[in-house]
Amino acid sequence: MALQIDRWFSLVVKPLVFVACLLPLAWLLWLTWQGQLGVNPVETLSHRTGDWSLRFLLLTLAVTPLRRLSGWNRLQRFRRMLGLFAFFYVGLHFAVYLVFDQFFDWQAIVADVAKRPYITVGFTAFLLLIPLAVTSTNGMMKRLGRNWQRLHRLVYLIAVLGVLHYAWLVKADLREPLLYGGLLSVLLGYRLWWWRGRGHSATVIRSTR
Amino acid sequence: MLIKKPADIRPSEITPPELYARRREFLKTAAVLGAAAILPPALGGRIARAAADDNLKPTPYQDVTTYNNYYEFGSSKSDPSENAGSLKTKPWTVTVEGHCEKPGQYALEDFLGSQTPEERIYRLRCVEAWSMVIPWQGVPLNKILPRFQPTANAKYVEFTTLLDPAQMPGQRTRLLSWPYVEGLRMDEAMHPLTLLVTGLYGKELPNQNGAPLRLIVPWKYGFKSVKAIVKVRFTEQQPRTTWSSENPDEYGFYANVNPAVDHPRWTQKKERRIGDLFRRDTLPFNGYAEQVAGLYAGMDLRKSF
Repeated sequence: MALQIDRWFSLVVKPLVFVACLLPLAWLLWLTWQGQLGVNPVETLSHRTGDWSLRFLLLTLAVTPLRRLSGWNRLQRFRRMLGLFAFFYVGLHFAVYLVFDQFFDWQAIVADVAKRPYITVGFTAFLLLIPLAVTSTNGMMKRLGRNWQRLHRLVYLIAVLGVLHYAWLVKADLREPLLYGGLLSVLLGYRLWWWRGRGHSATVIRSTR
Repeated sequence: MLIKKPADIRPSEITPPELYARRREFLKTAAVLGAAAILPPALGGRIARAAADDNLKPTPYQDVTTYNNYYEFGSSKSDPSENAGSLKTKPWTVTVEGHCEKPGQYALEDFLGSQTPEERIYRLRCVEAWSMVIPWQGVPLNKILPRFQPTANAKYVEFTTLLDPAQMPGQRTRLLSWPYVEGLRMDEAMHPLTLLVTGLYGKELPNQNGAPLRLIVPWKYGFKSVKAIVKVRFTEQQPRTTWSSENPDEYGFYANVNPAVDHPRWTQKKERRIGDLFRRDTLPFNGYAEQVAGLYAGMDLRKSF
């Protein structure tokens, strides 16, 4: 029975989620094809890929809390996929900047990264995601052992940098970055609460022993 | 220095948008065909691009009227065209006050006097590093201000946008401190390029573009060009303008387009002309240096940004 559910899960549910994660890209490509990206198409592409990067980061960070709260352990099996899609959309976001904003002008890019806080922060988040993507395979998980989890805690910092990147570029209307920031605070706050709770119960167990 | 017709601004005939578009296509086609016929392909392509890339190719009407920064109607670019329809622009009163002999409340028609609007095709450079080319209709400010006889104490002119949260939904939030206020030094206001605008593309000015009366100062960042003006005040002190009081490190009073002075958070060296895929170089004073640089002789434009 459990085996059947597993098979069903990996043959149907996971591919469906995979395709769903590609829908934002498909939608953007469709809009591009139709010339429906609006008056400033490059800006639209840049903003939309940025939005989806943040959304996938938050979704990835939501997996563990949801798993614990729902007790549905299979949720965990979406985490890597969601994380890699976050990296995928960040990559697209960077590609838009590289090609359309700077047209491979590396000198200008270096100057931008060095001088513009929001770009410094966004670029750092992008760089930090690379080792996480590279070490996302089962083989790497085994090889790194306990260090794997230590390394992958970087995602908390990356998400904070991502929200900061957004908040830092808007002129006056901070509502949307604040929304992302609020959601991120909930997800990180949950972890703090959980860790403190566990640390607590661990000492309790020790003292009763 | 009085320049009535700067070399690159042709007050061309008022032409419907469809014709503008077709003219552009014609130009491109002609250049491509002509060049391709007599020149090697690589060179031909470059000439075609140069022809299509002249710096005064008007941005399509549709783009000019659906991509706007007008926080009174919301902070996204599409908000103004979606929300500004409710603004009632007739009747419209402009209050003139401060250091002048003829203050008062004027109906818009009386405020404008008997001036016939002229057409000016100007580049518009937003502080956010995008730009457009727009055929405006309007009256040079220097033909209007003298009628109110500003006194010797009038060193600056301050302009105020309508404050009416019932009609301007953005004013129900505290995005900016309302009403929106902008200002110019007197000599900037009297410069022949400075325009009070009432129309666009030969049509009545759409609400999202600042109807019924807005300012256009083509060598300054777009936020200086205040919309839906209800008050003009002559002052002795430099006016406290909206963006520069919100964030004095980022937005100055002068706000002259200047590729050499970056916004603290992004570069001003380049801009994306709406319709282009790639960025182009931003020109000092938005390409109007020849006409206006003299206004700032002896000033440190890095400090007075």
